[in-house]
Amino acid sequence: MNKKHKSSIALPQMSRRTFVTGMAAGAALLGATGSRALSSDHRPATSPQTLRGNNFDLNIGYTSVNFTGRSRTATTVNGSLPAPVLRWREGQRVTLNVNNSLAHDSSIHWHGIILPTGQDGVPGLSFNGIRPGETFQYQFDLNQSGTYWYHSHSGFQEQTGVYGAIVIDPAGPDPVEYDRDYVVLLSDWSDTAPDAVYGKLKNESHYYNFRRRTVGDLWSDIREKGVRRTFREREMWNEMRMSDTDISDVTGYTYTYLMNGQTPDANWTALFKRGEKVRLRFINAAAMSIFDVRIPGLKMKVVATDGQNIEPVSVDEFRIGVAETYDVVVEPEADTAYTLFAQTIDRSGFARGTLTPELGLSAAVPAMDYAPVLGHRDMGMAHDMGGMDHGGMGGMDHSKMDHGQHQMGGMDHSQHGGMDHSKMDHSQHQMGGMDHSQHGGMDHSKMDHSQHQMSGMDHSQHGGMAQGASGQYSLHGGRPELGGMQGAWFTEKLGRAGFGSNSPIVHLPSEYRYTVDMRAEQPMNGLRDPGIGLRDHMQRYGRRVLNYGDIRNLTPTIDKREPTRELQLHLTGNMERYVWGMDGIKFMEAEPLMLKYGERIRITLVNDTMMTHPIHLHGMWSELETEEPDYIPRKHTILVQPGSKISYLVTADAYGRWAYHCHLLYHMPGMFREVRVV
Amino acid sequence: MKKLLMTSALLLAANAAAQEGHHGTGTPDHVMDHDSLLTFLNIDQLEVREDDSQAFNGDLWFGGDRDKLWLKGTLEREEGETENAELQVLYSRAVAPYWDLQMGLRHDFKLENGPSKNWGVIGLQGLAPYFFEVDSALFVGEDGDIGFSVGAEYELLFTQRLILSPEIELDFYGQNDRENELGTGLSDMEAGLRLRYEFTRQFAPYIGVHRERKFGRAADFAREDGHETRETTWVIGLKAWF
Repeated sequence: MNKKHKSSIALPQMSRRTFVTGMAAGAALLGATGSRALSSDHRPATSPQTLRGNNFDLNIGYTSVNFTGRSRTATTVNGSLPAPVLRWREGQRVTLNVNNSLAHDSSIHWHGIILPTGQDGVPGLSFNGIRPGETFQYQFDLNQSGTYWYHSHSGFQEQTGVYGAIVIDPAGPDPVEYDRDYVVLLSDWSDTAPDAVYGKLKNESHYYNFRRRTVGDLWSDIREKGVRRTFREREMWNEMRMSDTDISDVTGYTYTYLMNGQTPDANWTALFKRGEKVRLRFINAAAMSIFDVRIPGLKMKVVATDGQNIEPVSVDEFRIGVAETYDVVVEPEADTAYTLFAQTIDRSGFARGTLTPELGLSAAVPAMDYAPVLGHRDMGMAHDMGGMDHGGMGGMDHSKMDHGQHQMGGMDHSQHGGMDHSKMDHSQHQMGGMDHSQHGGMDHSKMDHSQHQMSGMDHSQHGGMAQGASGQYSLHGGRPELGGMQGAWFTEKLGRAGFGSNSPIVHLPSEYRYTVDMRAEQPMNGLRDPGIGLRDHMQRYGRRVLNYGDIRNLTPTIDKREPTRELQLHLTGNMERYVWGMDGIKFMEAEPLMLKYGERIRITLVNDTMMTHPIHLHGMWSELETEEPDYIPRKHTILVQPGSKISYLVTADAYGRWAYHCHLLYHMPGMFREVRVV
Repeated sequence: MKKLLMTSALLLAANAAAQEGHHGTGTPDHVMDHDSLLTFLNIDQLEVREDDSQAFNGDLWFGGDRDKLWLKGTLEREEGETENAELQVLYSRAVAPYWDLQMGLRHDFKLENGPSKNWGVIGLQGLAPYFFEVDSALFVGEDGDIGFSVGAEYELLFTQRLILSPEIELDFYGQNDRENELGTGLSDMEAGLRLRYEFTRQFAPYIGVHRERKFGRAADFAREDGHETRETTWVIGLKAWF
């Protein structure tokens, strides 16, 4: 396939497999699952089987698969990859007998389902796991509807295939109108065993990054900007020992990206009739891959996220973090085929499928967009790092780069993509066609950087941000009797429910350890940031990209109480060592995070890394503070942008021990906490 | 010296135990509850040099994120005879985001022209700003000798797979060692320039040039013995890890 990359950075090492992915894969799976018979027009050959009812027998076992031309052993549910779609109905009680035929312990976690802790399926927290040869019976009531998913919570079994979709039909009428619906489950497959992938990252963390800076990049920078400026622009990265192309830890070098278990070449296909409303239930069941989804030629009306109905938003593109779900409705008006295109955040590959009025038709597969490069904002302007000489960065107009930092709320940060091209750093260079007038009234250009540092940020721009002296936090948030983990808890001058955090950014002493290579000193609010690589898609391509600020719950907020305390939790890591944690502490070193039953708290996540982390709280909703307090969207997994912060409210309405973690599989060993509600 | 080795082993065990975590006892095995202990063998250089000599440089580490057992080996052969063979056994602990403190033992194997020798080692290994891989160590010999070594390596990517790697190592000593041709102060330098092609990250053949030079008293000793004080050779070899 001859792809034209718009980026000046070529991707010469793109895995052959990404493009020449095994044609045989679909066929192999067909044989393996026996569930792909062409049963009806509505369920073409390539959809996973759907199981309905209230009683289910699921068997976790080994299945031979072939996605790349090489045969490998997957771990599957009922022999199917992905696992069968479970179609439930709200208000029912479901019983699931899960038998483990693997040689190792296994488990199933029902992702996003509100249920008693004993049914949550996290070994070590909610139950003992399912031993080889044993069967565990799950039973719980369904008090919600929407699109969810399930997966193993044991070892790295998620990577090797134990994941599937859950669709819960509402007890009453569905507020979303649609004529037919499809699950579109995205995932990533590697022929390399997950333990080996993890090991490779530990020994050489850039193992899968084939976009590292070369002598050629340096040469073109020098030709363009001169030695002096190039040196200065690279200075921070060199001092920090970080790579600005470190977007995904695991890339298309080893991954084949799947849509409903089909490789891009196998081309998962769904049918529609012209004029129909088609509901697509996107689920990101990947281990490590964040996808950007679009359907060239079709507007997507986003109607739900993480199972929860939202005020419909019409977009051209959306980012789906690992474990998130988005339901969109499309209305194809032509009798032509459309490509469902899900490129990874680092543009190292894509999953692809087709929506067509007729089997056999397919549409063009678009080229991937330019590959993003990290910039200063993705580091949260880490002023304290590595003895940077800020004075020496004169070639870059910091005052303009900072721009985004000064508008915490209410502004569409996507407008900030490019700014001053002549002075931008490398990452921003790719962003063309900016309308500078977007910055009206926010001209900081005269503010020099050294003043910036001395005076901190210009607080007047923060929209009512009450600044306490930094350090006004307590380690137990007024509840020392609960014990457990110490953290940066704030109890005073909390921002109003729905509006996010007012609290100063505090780095606990535990962040000054070998486990942490960066601390975001001035994280911007990630609420309206569509994310790295998407920020300029409106300017560049005219695509409207969804951001969290667009999401408004369809029904009013249930718990309207103000939060009584706020936990500021920092997502931390050391990329070189490939160690991840929260507040610099790994799970195995951490005490549980204690909550009092019934209390309503705020969690502010500060991302002290340059990666985008999908953070999943089990058992309770994460109510995203979108500045619309009456219509707070409820999510189970929240993307935290690099070097940014984001806040959400949690009502501790579920007793017991719950997992709280980054859903990137190889970050989980560290970036994980137990939340205990007592 | 055995004591030192014992101590490092004990330290490692103690640390492993300390890392048991708060969820470990009495609860079922939780996958995220413990460090995955990994083992990797890194062959940095396995090469043939122009003058019919061969060299090996590599390490093996075992352990978790913070605590590791680190073995470092060097072997040089010339005209069928082992010129230099040393092994370091180190307890390594992450003390800063990019730095490991390493302590343990170094053993210089008995060769034709000299006795074996044990050294205590304390070193710092890590990644310096501007992406220099640095390995430095202070050695205290069983006879009271003192040595210090510092090495740095850099990588220049011509492409994502074609990588030029300059490196330099300097050895200093606190005393003269006539037999081994070591002198006080800066004694030896080794410098290399190796161009490898990473067929995979784990398999990368290379060609390069390797230079050795003796300084000061060390150079005098070498001249007295009729040995070269400067030597430059072409090399061809393999970098690999498992």
